[in-house]
Amino acid sequence: MQKNVTININGEAHRHPVEPRLLLVHFLREVAGLTGTHIGCETSLCGACTVLLDGRAVKSCTVLAVQADGRSVTTVEGLAQGNKLHALQEGFWEEHGLQCGFCTPGMLMCSHDLLANHPTPTSAEIREAINGNVCRCTGYQNIVNAVKNASRKMAKRVSARAGAR
Amino acid sequence: MARNGKANSKGNTKQAAVWVGKKLKRKEDPRLIQGTSHYTDDLKLPRMLYCTFARSPMAHAEIRAIRTDAARALPGVIGVFISEDLTGLGMVPCAIQMPGLNVPHHPVLATGRVRYVGEPVAAVVAEDLYTARDAAELIEVDYEPLPVVVNMEKALEKDSPVIHEQFRTNRAFTHALKNGDIQSAFKKADRVVRQRMVNQRLAPMAMEARAVLAEYLPGENRLTVWSATQIPHLLRTQISVMVGLPETAVRVIAPEVGGGFGSKLNVYREEGLVPWLAMKLGRPVKWAETRRENITSTIHGRDTINDLELALKKDGTILGLRVRILADMGAYHQLLTPLIPQLTALMQAGCYKIPAIDIEIQGVFTNKMSTDAYRGAGRPEATYNIERIMDVAAHELGMDPAQFRVKNFPQPKEFPFTTVTGLVYDSAKYQESIKRALQLSGYETLRRRQKSGWKNGKYYGVGVSTYVEICAIGPSAATPAGGWESGTVRIEPTGKVTVLTGASPHGQGEETTFAQLIADELGIDPDDVTVLHGDTLAVPYGIGTFGSRATAVGGTAAYLATQKLKAKMVTLAAHLLGAKSSDVSIGRGRISAKGGKKSIAFGELVMAAYTARNIPPGFEPGLEATHFFEPPNFTFPFGAHIASVEVDGETGEVKIDKYVAVDDCGNVINPMLVDGQIHGGIAQGMGQAMWEELIYNDEGQIVTGTLLDYALPKAHLLPEFTLDRTVTPTPVNPMGVKGVGEAGTIASTPCMVNAVCDALSPLGIRHIDMPLKPERVWSAMQQARASAQTEPQPTHKPVSSRATQGTYVSRKASRSNA
Repeated sequence: MQKNVTININGEAHRHPVEPRLLLVHFLREVAGLTGTHIGCETSLCGACTVLLDGRAVKSCTVLAVQADGRSVTTVEGLAQGNKLHALQEGFWEEHGLQCGFCTPGMLMCSHDLLANHPTPTSAEIREAINGNVCRCTGYQNIVNAVKNASRKMAKRVSARAGAR
Repeated sequence: MARNGKANSKGNTKQAAVWVGKKLKRKEDPRLIQGTSHYTDDLKLPRMLYCTFARSPMAHAEIRAIRTDAARALPGVIGVFISEDLTGLGMVPCAIQMPGLNVPHHPVLATGRVRYVGEPVAAVVAEDLYTARDAAELIEVDYEPLPVVVNMEKALEKDSPVIHEQFRTNRAFTHALKNGDIQSAFKKADRVVRQRMVNQRLAPMAMEARAVLAEYLPGENRLTVWSATQIPHLLRTQISVMVGLPETAVRVIAPEVGGGFGSKLNVYREEGLVPWLAMKLGRPVKWAETRRENITSTIHGRDTINDLELALKKDGTILGLRVRILADMGAYHQLLTPLIPQLTALMQAGCYKIPAIDIEIQGVFTNKMSTDAYRGAGRPEATYNIERIMDVAAHELGMDPAQFRVKNFPQPKEFPFTTVTGLVYDSAKYQESIKRALQLSGYETLRRRQKSGWKNGKYYGVGVSTYVEICAIGPSAATPAGGWESGTVRIEPTGKVTVLTGASPHGQGEETTFAQLIADELGIDPDDVTVLHGDTLAVPYGIGTFGSRATAVGGTAAYLATQKLKAKMVTLAAHLLGAKSSDVSIGRGRISAKGGKKSIAFGELVMAAYTARNIPPGFEPGLEATHFFEPPNFTFPFGAHIASVEVDGETGEVKIDKYVAVDDCGNVINPMLVDGQIHGGIAQGMGQAMWEELIYNDEGQIVTGTLLDYALPKAHLLPEFTLDRTVTPTPVNPMGVKGVGEAGTIASTPCMVNAVCDALSPLGIRHIDMPLKPERVWSAMQQARASAQTEPQPTHKPVSSRATQGTYVSRKASRSNA
């Protein structure tokens, strides 16, 4: 039995028949061909597969594709605007917030959710917010620095925009 | 972050560094932060099939029957394979040869018997992943259970079940390392300090689990294997042996690799089977490990029981060290399994002058997954042993643990320092790193707080660990498969530079650091240097990235290849400029002669080498050079770490309130990346000290088999680390770099345990086995309080109990600190 779903991924509609049991992460990777979202555990414990579903961070290994029918998904591939990196991507690059890079897409999307709801988090708040995402390489210190870096940049851009108005 | 160490150019022959020493952003990152890079499981080939495994749920059993009909009948299933089907496929290799080593047969699929939970019994290949998994579920296996042994001491008992009957014992090997007069050391000793310590089993848990994709083109007789590996060339050699193809027909590619920590420094069953399947079926086949499989079937680390005895003079001078180690091999040997505890023996003296040593190791087979190299590979165990016994001894002697250590350090002028285990430590100033760590941590203040805290029922602890590690592995004579590394540098006709390194990094950032290094040598920009690795068709034979060797050995190979190119450039420039070679110098973007009166642009010179219309007689056109660097010795980075903790006297919870690390890895190419390695290393070592434990129960089932139960360090559990550095270049390579990949992991584990045991010393607790979860700390406190009430004067007995885990409560409930 297959069901047609339409999922808007990074602004583009993907319509495809799927098995009801197909995981969203497999839809992203296998059907839409977007392999930036990684699978680290398939049990929602590592966070490598974190994406935004209608703007909120979810672990796409424990969401069914059919649950995302008619909804919008943002993956790591959708963060940058053309050649312009997102402030979070810049932050991770500048602060050496990644080593092997495998957890990074999930970390970016999880931090995106944090900054959208809490633009100026403290270190402790960042550590709390990303504690569902595992990184084995960095010891998290530079990830915290990266999120702070992005938070500062985003605040500056907001105030610059406000000034321009 | 305090930063006092200055890049020291002593020992370098190059011109002033422009890029080396800079915090350059990584060249790797743009593709990784945009999700556009490719790990093995991201690759998809036309007509590709998916492979999954049926794995044993039993730890030890005879296989009576395997029924695969239902699986084969499932639409979409291409084939189901069991051991008997695998004609022409060889065994899983073990690279270690030593006298008396028992090496079991290690077939790719279980043959007749299963010996650990997770051992693959059948492989399924199907058109899609979901079908393959469904089919694996339909495979029925009749198991006749056999008695299971997971405890090493039980495994060595006479009536133990034997895992490999041909050996009639579960002893895999015995290994001894003895030097000096140990008998008289213990006879002369004023004091002998004894402690049993368990170094628990860990899972490396790289965030990318393993994955293998293979494609075979029969017309070309070319097998291409993509694998998440740290050692593409060694893997190529082994795959060619396993599947029976000439090595020239096999290409291995390590694409983006998501962490390894030693777990991908191996040759696994699946790395033989997936290529064999691709050859058999004539279609590409991919297998991507699940996390559950990763925990059961990728190598584990540590798992040793260590009995230590330290002989001391009253004044704290060490006279001798006796160590007995049981090392769990698991059920089979993987590539380096029996080697790992021997590294423990080599490094057992740590950074101390120990006149006599006596080490005996027994390797033991049990019904568990194999152990092998996990970040540090034998050295964390050595450092834990020596650093814990040093702390226990300091407490027993009533000496300050930092001063006690300093007392037994060799002096800087004693380097190169020959250790009692026969190593030659290259260079060090142990006194300087601990001095700086004490300052940075506010040690005196911490001790004052501790004293007043104890009066108020607060348990503050300060942990010190000073470590030395063995890196840049290593001279070939000391390694099983070559300890050299290759580097090729090619200046392309357009002036862009390609560096090919046999080291195969997987997160360490060598695409950036090698570019910095080569850019300085050639007077160009790192943006113009591209570092390629991980493809055996593109890169000359190499060894790989492990043992903190990539920069010190692989970087040196690339550096020395560049020196060959520079000599060629000088010859050609001299010819073109009409100057003597000795007058030519390579500057930034220009090569000049006669004090700069004549010069040629870098690009022009390069083009001249390729057009070759005007070259001196005998000049070989082109600009490419390769160097295979054989290091004359290991390198020995060192440092001092200090942790400050508070233990909750009611719940046993440990709050880490400060962590200071002063490390010395010689000269530094990119300080940001070195700090990153140390951060991650500390976190991993803390993971062992505080949370991580791979537990097999008596039936051989893994109790901590998911990320829910296996407690990896999470962001909110870790403190902010304070780092500093001293810089003592090594004379072992021309760049003076030592290696830093494992330092944090090696130092932080004993540092944390020392801190917690220090905090609880007023209760008479002198040792608690890892991990120091609240429950274990709480139990230790309960036990200590109970014995203080019921046995006011317990007898002072060394730990000779056969218990493998537990607490030892010492007689004296008081201690003093300077």
